[in-house]
Amino acid sequence: MRRAAQVIGFACLPVAVLAAPADRSLSPTNIFAPVSTPAQSIFGLSLFVLSVTAAIFVVVFTLLLYCVVKFRRRTDDDGREPPQVFGSNQVELAWTVIPVLITVVLFMATARVIASVQKAPRPENAIRVIAIGHQFWWEYRYPDLNVVTANELHVPVSDPAHPTPTFLTLLSADTDHSFWVPRLAGKTDLIPNHPNSMWMDPQETGLYLGQCAQYCGTQHAKMLLRVYADSPQEFNRWIEEQSQPALTAAAVSEGQRIFERTACINCHAVTGTVADGRFGPDLTHLMSRETIASGAAPNTPENLKLWIQNPDAIKPSSKMPAMGLSDHELDAVTAYLATLR
Amino acid sequence: MTVSPATISDANITWELPSRGRVGMFCLISAESAIFTIFVVAYLFYLGKSLTGPMPKEVLRVPIFFTVCLLSSSLTIHFAVQSLKRAKVAAFGLWWFLTLALGAIFLAGTAREWHHLIYDEGLTIQTNLFGTTYYSLVGLHAFHVTVGLAAITTVLLFALLGHVKQEHTERVDVLALYWHFVDAVWVVVFTVVYVIGR
Amino acid sequence: MSTDSISIVNADFASRPLAAKLHEWVTTVDHKRLGILYIVYSVVFLMIAGIEALIMRIQLIRPHNNYVSPEVFNQMFTMHGTTMIFFVIMPMLFGFANYLVPLMIGARDMAFPRLNAFSFWMTAFGGIFLYFSFLGANGLYGAGNAPDVGWFAYAPLTSQTFSLGHSTDFWTLSLLVSGFGSIGTAINIIATIFCMRCPGMTLAKMPLLAWLNMVMAVLVILAVSPLSAAQIMLLVDRYLGGHFFDTQAGGSAVIWMHFFWIFGHPEVYVLVIPAFAFASEIIPVFSRKAIFGYPVMVAATVCIAFISMSVWAHHMFTVGMNANANTFFVLTTMAIAVPTGIKIFNWLATMWGGKIHFKTPMLFATAFLFQFLIAGLTGIMLGTAPFNWHLGNSYFVVAHFHYVIVGGILFTTFGAFYYWFPKMSGKMYSEALGKLHFWLFLIGFHLTFDFMHIPGLLGMPRRIYTYEPGRGWDTLNLIVTIGVFFQAAGILVFVGNLLWSYFHGETAGSDPWDAWTLEWSISSPPPVYNFATIPEVRSRRPLWDRKHPEDPDWRYE
Repeated sequence: MRRAAQVIGFACLPVAVLAAPADRSLSPTNIFAPVSTPAQSIFGLSLFVLSVTAAIFVVVFTLLLYCVVKFRRRTDDDGREPPQVFGSNQVELAWTVIPVLITVVLFMATARVIASVQKAPRPENAIRVIAIGHQFWWEYRYPDLNVVTANELHVPVSDPAHPTPTFLTLLSADTDHSFWVPRLAGKTDLIPNHPNSMWMDPQETGLYLGQCAQYCGTQHAKMLLRVYADSPQEFNRWIEEQSQPALTAAAVSEGQRIFERTACINCHAVTGTVADGRFGPDLTHLMSRETIASGAAPNTPENLKLWIQNPDAIKPSSKMPAMGLSDHELDAVTAYLATLR
Repeated sequence: MTVSPATISDANITWELPSRGRVGMFCLISAESAIFTIFVVAYLFYLGKSLTGPMPKEVLRVPIFFTVCLLSSSLTIHFAVQSLKRAKVAAFGLWWFLTLALGAIFLAGTAREWHHLIYDEGLTIQTNLFGTTYYSLVGLHAFHVTVGLAAITTVLLFALLGHVKQEHTERVDVLALYWHFVDAVWVVVFTVVYVIGR
Repeated sequence: MSTDSISIVNADFASRPLAAKLHEWVTTVDHKRLGILYIVYSVVFLMIAGIEALIMRIQLIRPHNNYVSPEVFNQMFTMHGTTMIFFVIMPMLFGFANYLVPLMIGARDMAFPRLNAFSFWMTAFGGIFLYFSFLGANGLYGAGNAPDVGWFAYAPLTSQTFSLGHSTDFWTLSLLVSGFGSIGTAINIIATIFCMRCPGMTLAKMPLLAWLNMVMAVLVILAVSPLSAAQIMLLVDRYLGGHFFDTQAGGSAVIWMHFFWIFGHPEVYVLVIPAFAFASEIIPVFSRKAIFGYPVMVAATVCIAFISMSVWAHHMFTVGMNANANTFFVLTTMAIAVPTGIKIFNWLATMWGGKIHFKTPMLFATAFLFQFLIAGLTGIMLGTAPFNWHLGNSYFVVAHFHYVIVGGILFTTFGAFYYWFPKMSGKMYSEALGKLHFWLFLIGFHLTFDFMHIPGLLGMPRRIYTYEPGRGWDTLNLIVTIGVFFQAAGILVFVGNLLWSYFHGETAGSDPWDAWTLEWSISSPPPVYNFATIPEVRSRRPLWDRKHPEDPDWRYE
């Protein structure tokens, strides 16, 4: 009885999840709430596969339950052995042929979706992004638009009637990573010396969450993904801002000097200054981002200061070293970074 | 050794099963073949992918003589086993020693080739993908040759001391099976490294 | 044939000093003793790896928890996976195979008894060596040097660049050593089955347990070797400056994945096929019917083994293989579902029309049928590549494979423990405690692994030491963790039951289950020589023939 209840409960849960596809409040990373074509293709296939497997489950489970109930030994059993049946060619043929047919159907449905996602041609107006995985942050380059940024990806929303998808080339600077934003597409790995590609065309504006999905080292868990699907105007404005070099302001010249004279510039770049390190995220437009440390903390002055002083408090064993600055130097540098919009 | 046949009371048939040694050796050969297959796959996969030289064509010299030695040793070991089967212990000892000698010549050849590659051509296991895969594959084979030669030497010592007799044919044959396998692997390695890969 | 035995004056064994007894156990080449050594070894490691799981689950009980550091957590999941696969399940199954195969084919020992002992001690050393890593040098983070690269140790994370110190080497070397032990046992099983069957027992008349362990042994030979090869390559990279997996020198990280999964997928069949063997012995006896469709059960298993060598890249659907390659592996994965599903039908048909006794072994076997069905279906979901692009590397996969390994394999193995404990020890276990174990473990299993599927569907990847709140994962992780405590309780009851029953249980007699295979024809525990006279058989159920001379099986086979 308890097992039956558990079973029915278990079977209902995915159905309940499925029945609320528009209820994003269940989870911002729900694979059953797609807003982009690749995710929608997978969603369609997954409904089909789930129905088939649910049907198989119901049939076989019923048979099992029937056996357990009907053929249990009665208390008044006479102790004789039941008739010994060694096999039946017809029955065994039937239960071979039917599964074969089911698997053929599943295979064909799957092959279609693989082709539609992996062989989709890249249209002329697609936005091209090169995503490079690092331990433990994401680098994004828009080669056609002269933009280099980190950790927060902006793409234009796509109108299904006139699609403007974004095609990503996936590379890695160190170990294996994986790009997984469930509502936009399935995951694709970033593997060194093995370029991959994926695409997405979010049809609703908004922020889409995800995270690295291939164990890449100690801070794999906090290599978070944030993808902003912007309206065309917002996207163009963002591109415009991101392609500008950093503005120098006299008020923060002390902070800028400290930044450029300590080891900061070994890892970080600020376009238009001498800072051109590539090991860590590009900071030219740091303040345009809502989070720091690849989503690990909100981008506030306090967190920025903490991150520079003691990164282990936010993301222990990330590759950012504690910079060992005095309180005054820390304030100056933070004030400088705050001007990098 | 073969299980001595037994009769089943009502059925009057003899019950004969294969020998444990042979079956065990076939299994070992299968496992070793799987290991070698992976190294061969890696070798083939990385052909042409080295970022720097030297390249196989530039530095590899085809070891025809040493290959002939090794493959002939399969022949000599076969004759050795046949001799022992016919209780010709002296002939067995001679063929067995020849097998050891031919195998040792092969190893010496490999050593000479490696010396040339390392000191004259500058190719080590660290140099490039070719170096890594070449030394690993050929080295793995040479390791198996060495183990085989150690076993063969042990049997030779027993033979010299007069302990090897006709009733040991089966065991010696199982060892010979291993040796044939080692030679067969060399045929594959030779083809992959010196024919296809050059 | 009678159950008479040559009485050996064994009484002096009990009175011998402890050192002598230990020496006997350490130097034994008797397949029964080695079997028990394997089994005891595996139960100890089951509890150790279980504690590692408990630590992980406590860390994940709520978001941003601080129970352990990320370094320790990463070591936990690596050690938990490696231990469970190589030092729990494999030795447990080898132990049962070692104990049962010679008995069931009417032989006096395995084909190569000394190789048998050697293989056990290689495996044992491997496990101890792996755990020595905790005590090794302090490592960079002061957390000991246990490996933290995941049980599949993907390159280039395992290179000297990203794995400093020796932690990865403990992983590599311990598995290399125990891998040779596994291959040794596999050679032994195959040679035993081919060369030592009793008269009349053609391959077609062997118990299914013998057939399935033979197929498993073939898979070990074909699958463990590629792992050994890849590990040698990794050592060449790490210590000789090689470039097998060095992406900076043009090497490929993907080729490690191919080599690993060429081992890894057949490996899961190595684990599950002996579990099928247990089910195929337990279900007929407790349903009081012969197994339905013996020839097809054998054929299906051989098919499974064959196809299993061709599905490996379904673990790599997200790696960026082209559409044609992905499609091929979907095809082979779908294909392997067919013979696997057929076996479930055969077991059901065995129960159909029977008179089922729900003793503890049968409870576990029945739960196995239910859980293996679900595991197989989630496997089909994972096999459809686009669905896998979401589910792969998420908690859905973790739930799926635990469903197979715990819900399928461990459940049948518990059944096997209870079924053959009377034979091995001569005592009956407590049926009440057995049932308590079953219900505790069933509840815990379902709490943990049913609910674990859902975070995967909601976007939770695996191998993360913590997670963000607000993704809908919090309550689910809490429930998953709670289930672990029920399972732990069940295991404690299990171990307690076996220990207590060994000393105080009722005498079991030679055939407490009224079963039909040869091991039940000799005393419990069996004499050291197994059979006084080598038996002769005419059918698959020699004891059924003896007990039912008016209706023997060989009329129908």
